[in-house]
Amino acid sequence: MGIVVQGLCHSYGKGAMTRQVLQDVNLQIDRGEVVLLTGPSGCGKTTLLTLVGALRQVQHGSVRVLGQELAGAGRASRQRLRRRIGMIFQGHNLLRCLSAEQNVQMGADLLPGLGYRARRDLAREWLRAVGLGDHLAKLPHDLSGGQKQRVAIARALAAEPQLLLADEPTAALDSRSGRDVVELLRGLAREQGCAVLMVTHDPRILDVGDRLVRMEDGRLVRSVAEAVG
Amino acid sequence: MAWRIWQGRRIPLAWLMLTRQPVRLAVALAGIAFAGILMFMQLGFRDGLFDASVTIHRQFDADLVLMSPRTMSSIGMASFPRRRLVQTMADPAVRGITPVNWSLLLWRNPDTRINRSILTLGFEPGDPLFLDPALARQAEALTQRGRVLFDERSRPEFGSIADQFRTGEVVETEVAGKRVRVAGLLNLGPSFGADGNMITSRETFLDLAPTSPPGSIELGLIRLVPAADSEIVAQRLQRLLPPDVTVFTKAGFEEFEKTYWRTSTAIGFIFTLGAAMGFIVGCVIVYQILSSDVSDHLPEYATLMAMGYPLPSLLRVVGREGLLLAVLGYLPAYAAGLGLYALVRSGTNLPVYMNTDRALVVLVMILVMCLASSALAMRRLADADPAEIF
Ligand SMILES: Nc1ncnc2c1ncn2[C@@H]1O[C@H](COP(=O)(O)OP(=O)(O)OP(=O)(O)O)[C@@H](O)[C@H]1O
Ligand SMILES: [Mg+2]
Repeated sequence: MGIVVQGLCHSYGKGAMTRQVLQDVNLQIDRGEVVLLTGPSGCGKTTLLTLVGALRQVQHGSVRVLGQELAGAGRASRQRLRRRIGMIFQGHNLLRCLSAEQNVQMGADLLPGLGYRARRDLAREWLRAVGLGDHLAKLPHDLSGGQKQRVAIARALAAEPQLLLADEPTAALDSRSGRDVVELLRGLAREQGCAVLMVTHDPRILDVGDRLVRMEDGRLVRSVAEAVG
Repeated sequence: MAWRIWQGRRIPLAWLMLTRQPVRLAVALAGIAFAGILMFMQLGFRDGLFDASVTIHRQFDADLVLMSPRTMSSIGMASFPRRRLVQTMADPAVRGITPVNWSLLLWRNPDTRINRSILTLGFEPGDPLFLDPALARQAEALTQRGRVLFDERSRPEFGSIADQFRTGEVVETEVAGKRVRVAGLLNLGPSFGADGNMITSRETFLDLAPTSPPGSIELGLIRLVPAADSEIVAQRLQRLLPPDVTVFTKAGFEEFEKTYWRTSTAIGFIFTLGAAMGFIVGCVIVYQILSSDVSDHLPEYATLMAMGYPLPSLLRVVGREGLLLAVLGYLPAYAAGLGLYALVRSGTNLPVYMNTDRALVVLVMILVMCLASSALAMRRLADADPAEIF
C-alpha cells in the first residue's frame, strides 16, 4: 500500500491568525499508481505533499505512507522514512557545486551496503536512463532547465524510492520538454513499481496520470479517474 | 577495514563546496594564514625574548652556580662573600670553581661619545668561564691591566668596535670613565638585559667598578665531577652553606632569569595578548566565511534533508569545511612563520626559531578557531526547513 490519507486537517499560524488550509482530506494511492493533483493556486496542494512526504508534522487525521503512520511520528523516524520517498521539486534544487553525476550519486549514497563504485555506476546508469549519458561531468550551471529537471529525476530515482512526490515539475520548462520529462518520470516510476503523486497546473500533462484528483479550498472535490481514462 | 572505509566513502561535499568558490576560499585561507602568522610572530617574539634573556647564562661552563639571595635578575646582581664559593670545594663532588664579577657599566661609543650600559664580567684569566674555548685562547691578553674582550655581536650602538679592531687599529675607549683597550673579540650575543657584553680580568674589573668590595663576587660557577647529580649536590651545598648564598643548578639559573622577565614585566602579557588578537581576528573571519557559506547553501542543505540525509551528517559537512580550512590555512602560515623568523634573526639578533611546541600550539589554536567557528555556523543549519523547499 502506497499512501492512505484519512480525515487530514492542517492549519498554519496560531490563535487569531490560524488559517485552515486542509479540511478532511481523504486519499488513497496504490503501488505503481500515478496520480495527478491539480487545483487553483493556494488551495493547499503543496501542503498536502509536504505532509505525505514526511516533511511536516501531521496535526490532525491520519497519514499512512509505505505502511508507516505519520501522525505523531518524530523527527528521526520521519527522516528515515524520507529515504524511501523520492522528491522532485518545482525548481530543480540540484547542488550547485556538484556535477550531474555527483548530484545523482547523492541520491544513490542513501542506499545502504553499496560500495562507492557501485553507487557511482548506479548514478551513471540513471543519468543514461534519463538521456543525459553525455553530460555526466557537467555542473548544473551548464545544463538547460529540462536537463536539470532530468538530473533531479535521476537523483530521486537513484535512491530506489517506493513513493515519488513531485510538485509542479514542469513549471520551469517549456511545453515540449515539460511533456517529455513527465512521460519519462511516469515510465521509470512504473518500471520500479513506485507510486507517484504529482501536483501540476499544467493542462497539457493532465492525461499522463492514471487518475486525476482535484483540490479546492483545502478539500478534494471529486475524483476524476474515469473522466481521464 | 581500510578497504571498507574506502568503499564507504561519499562525495567529498565539504571539499567541493569550498573549492567551487575559489574567491571565498582564498579569502578564508588568507584570513586564517594571517591569524596564524600573527600568532607565530607574537609567540615567537615572546619566547625569543625570554630565551634572549639567558644568552650569557647558557654559555657559562658550570653545573651549579652560587648567587646572592638578594639577586633578582641579571640587571641587578647583588654580591656575596667570595669565600662561600671556596667553601664548596669541601664537597667531594666539586671539581672546580670560578668566581665571577658581574656588573652593568657605562661604555662610551668611541665614534659618537655617547655612553651606554654594557654587561661587564670580571674573572681570573686562566679560570674556565665559558663552554666555548674561544675565550680561553684570548684570556692571556687580559692579564695586562686595562684590557677587555669585546662581544662583536653587541648592538651597533656601542660603536664599530669589531670592524676597527679587525683593521688592526688600536681600539680604545672609556668604561665608567676609565681608559680601556680592546684586546680581542668574542661571540656571545646581546641578551634582554644587556645590549652588549665585555669580559675583563678581575683586577681591571675592580678598577672600573671601585665600589664593589674586593672580597665579594656576584656569581660563583661550580663544576662537578662527571658522575655527580647536580640536583642532589645543589641541595647538599645549600644545607652546608649559610643562607647568604643560594645554590642553583645551571638550568635553574636560566629559569630564574626567565621567570624574572616573565613575572616582573608585561612582555609575556603583551605578546600573549597579541597572539590572542590574532586568534580572535581569525575566529571572526572564519565564522563570517563559514556562516555565509552555510546561508548560501541553505536550500541545498534543506534539499538533502528532504532526501533523507540526517541532520548530523550535514553538520559534519560544515565541521569538515572548518577542518579543511584549518589545515589549508595552517600550511602557508607555517611557511611564512619560518621565513619571518629568519628575517627577525638577521634583523635583531633575537634567537627566534620555529620549534615543535610552538608549531603545535599554533596548529591547535587554528584548529580550535576553525572548529569553533564551524560549530557556530552550524546553528544556521537549524534554519534549513525541508518543508519550505517545495
Ligand atoms: N509555511 C506557511 N505558513 C503559513 N501559511 C502558509 C505556509 N505555507 C503555505 N501557506 C498558505 O497556505 C495556503 C496553501 O498553500 P499551498 O502552498 O499548500 O498552496 P498550493 O496549492 O501549493 O498553491 P500553489 O499552486 O500556488 O503552489 C496558501 O494560502 C498559503 O499562503
Ligand atoms: Mg504549491
